[in-house]
Amino acid sequence: MNKIVAWRRRDKESGAHSGKRSKFTLQEKKAGLGLLFVTPWLLGFIFLFLVPLYQSFVYSLNKLTLGKGGFDTRYVGFQFYQELFTSHPTFNRTLVEAIMDIVISVPSITIFSLFVATLINQKFKGRVFARAIFFLPVLLAAPVLSLENSSQMTSIAASVTGGAEDGGFAFTSFELKRMLLESGVGSGIVSYITGSVDRIYEVISSSGVQILIFLAALQSISPSLYEAAKIEGTTGYEAFWKITFPMISPIMLTNVVYTVIDSYSRNQLSQMIKDTAFQSLNFSLSAAMAWVYFLIVSIILLATTTLISRKVFYYD
Amino acid sequence: MKIQAEARAAAWRAKRGLRTLSPLQRVKHWSWVMVRTVLIAGFCFVILYPLFFKLSVSFKDRLDVYDTTVLWIPKHFTLDTIRIAFEALNYPKTALNSLLIASVSTILQVISCALAAFAFARLRFKGSGVLFAGVIFTIIVPVQTLMVTTYLNYRYFDIFGLIEWITGEKGVNLLDSYWPFILQSITGMGIKSGLFIFIFRQFFRGIPVELEEASYIDGCSVLQSFTRIMLPNAIPAIVTVVLFSFVWQWNDNYYVSLFLTSTDVLSTKLPVMWASFSLNDPLYAYLVKNAGELLFIAPIIILYIFAQRYFVESVERSGLIG
Repeated sequence: MNKIVAWRRRDKESGAHSGKRSKFTLQEKKAGLGLLFVTPWLLGFIFLFLVPLYQSFVYSLNKLTLGKGGFDTRYVGFQFYQELFTSHPTFNRTLVEAIMDIVISVPSITIFSLFVATLINQKFKGRVFARAIFFLPVLLAAPVLSLENSSQMTSIAASVTGGAEDGGFAFTSFELKRMLLESGVGSGIVSYITGSVDRIYEVISSSGVQILIFLAALQSISPSLYEAAKIEGTTGYEAFWKITFPMISPIMLTNVVYTVIDSYSRNQLSQMIKDTAFQSLNFSLSAAMAWVYFLIVSIILLATTTLISRKVFYYD
Repeated sequence: MKIQAEARAAAWRAKRGLRTLSPLQRVKHWSWVMVRTVLIAGFCFVILYPLFFKLSVSFKDRLDVYDTTVLWIPKHFTLDTIRIAFEALNYPKTALNSLLIASVSTILQVISCALAAFAFARLRFKGSGVLFAGVIFTIIVPVQTLMVTTYLNYRYFDIFGLIEWITGEKGVNLLDSYWPFILQSITGMGIKSGLFIFIFRQFFRGIPVELEEASYIDGCSVLQSFTRIMLPNAIPAIVTVVLFSFVWQWNDNYYVSLFLTSTDVLSTKLPVMWASFSLNDPLYAYLVKNAGELLFIAPIIILYIFAQRYFVESVERSGLIG
């Protein structure tokens, strides 16, 4: 009762103010505020992103010379691009390696992270603990850390003491390779699988965010779908391929795109772009390299996106 | 008596949700549990191994390294390696620099990204769709493409030629200060800011519109509805973004080595600090390197231990998907 009285009183008060009602509707006000909220980002987008992006293209067409009070530019056209592909000693090879790295690691990271996500999505004892450990690589994926294994130490120790030691610990896939080959799997697939197993630490450490995204996707699938399927008599295996897989296919696309982007930070080419700019002080050549890289990565992204989005299933 | 016990057991089974399984099903179930446990334990081992390795190596004495009987637990326990790494890194000062940069840019980044994401999620205006496509575009373009111009921008920093007009010089040199970090995080252009805007937007979109509408009816302004309704509901997303933003800034050595030349931070000091030892004793340099890396990751691990509970919980509702 008291509440109603209070409400009425408030209504009256606001009625008193309604004489100087603002000219804008709520929608207009929201739109205005929206623009205001976006402003910091928009300023950054224009002045720290679009303009530099354009300028870096301009620099790649100009010869840049640093002077005392600034820098001068002289237009040379596509000379630097020509130099990259025809006379640069290592660019072509590094570029191909970077592309191969993307092509090789994207499938193994995507499949691995989906597998792990389904694994830790199940209920078992110590699940919280296991999850906490699985997300650890996201935090420790620093380029300055060398977290592979101790084989380096063994080799140093061997070189110091002069004796070949067989101690230490290394992941090897020799047995696996023999087993797969004997069971009649094609040698191309075998070498891919064993290659992924040998790089298991790299795969695990770069699939943290992907596991996170898949896990969130898995938990958003409505349990009623599984219940209905269970009543119809599906096995867990069928349920995975007929329910889980289609339902998370949109996220598969997100993850593939993220994995491609994430590979920027890992490859040799980024280092080369940086060294060209700040050790050889050839800013224009570095800008040209970066643009070639960017274009190639966009082509890869475009190709994978169109390829996958054809297969993607949207529930609603 | 016996019947009672059986009934009680059946009731207990029903409560636990266990159905009476046929032996074959039971074997299938338990073998899967076995496989799963082995797999999870195996992956955990692969992840934790390098950490344990560093921990073990850092406390080893020089004698233990050459001793093949010492595998994990050192015979001659020593803190010398860590102390040397601590001094070589100049730890208190460099760690403070790292901490300052990481925390300032985290705070600014969370604010700018949350505001922009709220606008993209709820405050639609003309062209907001196009601008959001711009956010995705910033995620896709490699940072290297902008590297040269970003460097020159901060080297000769100028706003529409204003500074040149006043002082007569070609811009001010903002390198070697914290300004580049502040500027790029306040404008949402820092490390993976696009991803953070994306996470926040997806999360805000998941909060029911009714909640927001109710707040307007109760007389909230848009800003109040944001701070009182949206933000408290978005704590999981905030925790995720804070953790990622801090850790990635702490780990980053790309921007840091681009902007800072004389200020030392951990991520630029770490790769070079052990080089001086490698001339006379490579193995010892390797120990020092590992001890230094342990010092580098220690703050992250401590932060993670505290944030881990919220973080892992938040994953369930982190709204990374739409």
